[in-house]
Amino acid sequence: MSDGPDTPPFSTVDINNDSRDDEDLFASAVQDVNLDPDVNGAREGFEKATLGDLPSITTTLSSPIMEEIATERANNIIINVTEPQKIGEGMSSYVAYRVLTKTNMPIFNKHEFAVLRRFSDFLGLHEKLTEKYLRSGRIIPPAPEKSIVGTTKLKMTSTPSTESANGNASGSVQSQFVERRRAALERFLNRVAQHPVLCIDPDFREFLESDTELPKATSTSALSGAGVLRLFNKVGETVNKITYRMDESDPWFEERVCRVEALESCLRRLHGACEALALERRELSARAHEVARATAALSGADPHAPLSRALSHTADLHEKIEHLRLEQSNTDFFVLTEHIKDYLGLIGAIKDVFHERVKVFQNWQHAQMQLTKRRENKAKAELANRPEKIEQAANEIIEWESKVERGQQEFDTISRVIKKELERWEEVRVEELRAAVLRHLDEHMKHQAQAIRYWDAFLPEARAIK
Amino acid sequence: MMDCVEETNHDPLSVQPPSTPSSGDQKIDKKKPNENVSLADNSLLVDISDALSEKEKVKFTVHTKTTLPEFQKSEFIVVRQHEEFVWLHDRYEENEEYAGYIIPPAPPRPDFDASREKLQRLGEGEGALTREEFLKMKEELEDEYLATFKKTVAMHEVFLQRLAAHPVFRNDSHLRVFLEYEQDLCAKPRGKMDLIGGLMRSMTTTTDEIYFGATVRDVNDFFEQETAFLQEYYSHLKEAVAKVDRMTTKHKEVADAHIKLSSCITQLATREQPSTERFLTRAAETFDKCRKIEGRMASDQDLKLADTLRYYMRDAHAAKAVLVRRLRCLAAYEAANRNLEKARAKNKDVHAAEQAQAEACAKFEQLSARAREELIDFRTRRVAAFRKSLIDLAELEIKHARTQQELFRKSLQVLKECQ
Repeated sequence: MSDGPDTPPFSTVDINNDSRDDEDLFASAVQDVNLDPDVNGAREGFEKATLGDLPSITTTLSSPIMEEIATERANNIIINVTEPQKIGEGMSSYVAYRVLTKTNMPIFNKHEFAVLRRFSDFLGLHEKLTEKYLRSGRIIPPAPEKSIVGTTKLKMTSTPSTESANGNASGSVQSQFVERRRAALERFLNRVAQHPVLCIDPDFREFLESDTELPKATSTSALSGAGVLRLFNKVGETVNKITYRMDESDPWFEERVCRVEALESCLRRLHGACEALALERRELSARAHEVARATAALSGADPHAPLSRALSHTADLHEKIEHLRLEQSNTDFFVLTEHIKDYLGLIGAIKDVFHERVKVFQNWQHAQMQLTKRRENKAKAELANRPEKIEQAANEIIEWESKVERGQQEFDTISRVIKKELERWEEVRVEELRAAVLRHLDEHMKHQAQAIRYWDAFLPEARAIK
Repeated sequence: MMDCVEETNHDPLSVQPPSTPSSGDQKIDKKKPNENVSLADNSLLVDISDALSEKEKVKFTVHTKTTLPEFQKSEFIVVRQHEEFVWLHDRYEENEEYAGYIIPPAPPRPDFDASREKLQRLGEGEGALTREEFLKMKEELEDEYLATFKKTVAMHEVFLQRLAAHPVFRNDSHLRVFLEYEQDLCAKPRGKMDLIGGLMRSMTTTTDEIYFGATVRDVNDFFEQETAFLQEYYSHLKEAVAKVDRMTTKHKEVADAHIKLSSCITQLATREQPSTERFLTRAAETFDKCRKIEGRMASDQDLKLADTLRYYMRDAHAAKAVLVRRLRCLAAYEAANRNLEKARAKNKDVHAAEQAQAEACAKFEQLSARAREELIDFRTRRVAAFRKSLIDLAELEIKHARTQQELFRKSLQVLKECQ
């Protein structure tokens, strides 16, 4: 690690090398310089597009710097993950997702294309991005977790769930699992796509574009040798995280680390609260179903015809309410809870980045120490007057000096990139949180409108008794 | 009958919450006379003008206004406890003259254990909540307690009002004593022995029901049908009441879950930039308001749906009791018949037996006729009450959904503007 000159001093170097034409070079450079506004504009476009229309370029001017690049093209790319389908049978089966991309970015060959990808491909992509960019301080959007229980259950069910996962199929638990995963994957890809640097990564492009099947990412499997190795690495890193304390020289980072920690604990509590609400509502839905059943039985036993009819309408009404409650619960869950969970994941990624910076710092300090040692060696050799040793020591000093320099440079770079990344993240985060809350309220408003319709339709039935 | 319930507890939130339920006495002022009694007749008006909750008992202040000459004064007030209401009910049930009538079911025992237990649990779990959350939960519980309390009072009032409005029951001497006598009636709070006695009594009723149902062959199709209907209907009602109760409890919990959500958002807000903070604080307020509406929705469901079902469940039970009494009477009549035959065979005391038989026959005929009227009346009463509460329920649900929709709409507007 300490003598790893292979890491690029600037993370954008390889990207620029990879770009095909001048325009691209320019685009990526611009994107790199003006991170925030660019992304903001893209975000806006994305927001709009998810509401139904095709990509349209919209840029907002909310800060003075933005005006300069307001004319610049935004990262207009929208990715939909759809049609989860089970392929194969038994333990070797898997779920494949259709990844549909719509974009007007010139680095892609077409404006619209679709590929079939399986879950491990997503994890493979995440792995590759992490390998490439974590070192340089990029926040890699987290991929959804592997769930062995969920997947195994899915594999064991014999019915191929080709129908859309949100349909109320027989295995509602399974389809719910698939739907959650689908939504998470979609968010993951879009986050990558909105990132100015990750978005133009060749692996990401290959993932979206290449018609051929991607080489199976064995290392992502939980049970493979690489998985075990990764586990060991993780344990080692955790120990390192706990034991090594870096004396922070940058007050900005000090403040940020604290804030991220505080934010995490807050979000964790909020996540718990949201989950509880969604769960309570789900149970309420089940109980509305029981009421519907009991009322139906009551209406069957009632000899008074109009009342019996009204009661049976009450039963129907409660069945509708049952579904409404379920939808409300889903709104609570998918709009709010999942969103917050995502943020917890992102915070994990941010912590990884912070840790990466600590590691770079450690390398630099290590080099510094070695350099001091070599200098002492040289002084000793000079004292002892042993020319061959002096020469060797001098060479070593030169070598270590350059390492120290590199270390420092690397540390400065990563600090700078992290700052930029975090600024960007803060902005996107606040905007997304806003959007999530607004959407949540909006959906609940619609649910209430639905409830009004149901009860309105019921009222004449109640009045019709006798 | 649901009118007064509606009047008194339709909106528990708008009432100033009382001090902690467990911390001693409690008083509620109530609106004066109820109109639904006056519709029929103004000569005997009863209401519970006040109620006081002490640790183990609730004291009801029963206020009577009358023009009937049987009473000594035209207006008087007595303090009664729940046990005395039960005593009064039992007197009616014992009286053979009323065997053919559906006797208004006795009000249920005041039960605040659930609320108290919840409050206690809340006190124990205080550490896990923030102060604000704790206060909100407590407020919520106090409202719940208040609602239960009001409901209990209303149930007792309804019981008395039904008696007072009834053309026959209102003339009962026990009712007069209950309303007029200023001392405690000798209905002591139930001890263990009484409780066992009550259990025995209800057991004999049930066994009677089964026994007569099996042995006495009914001659009348109407009653046979009615018995079958009431049996089935009662069990369905019971089931429905349980389910609706479960639903409203859950709904209450959904409302409570908003507390945590809004407090977590508020907490998050304090860590954010001023603009985001404003946004989140507003969002938290919305959720808090949403909680109140959901809570009202739950209590209205409880009042309109669960309580109507519950009341008619108890009324159906009372109607079943009439049928059992009728069967018992029928059994006595058949026994008298057999006695007459025996007497004729032995040619001894024929006259006395004949007289007894005729009496039993007349009694049975009278009871049957009365019961028939009562049961038909029960049906119409039930339909009317169900109609009313279903309409009320629908209207309230629409109202709440509208309020909530409006709340969301407004806060969306505010939040969108809030940059």
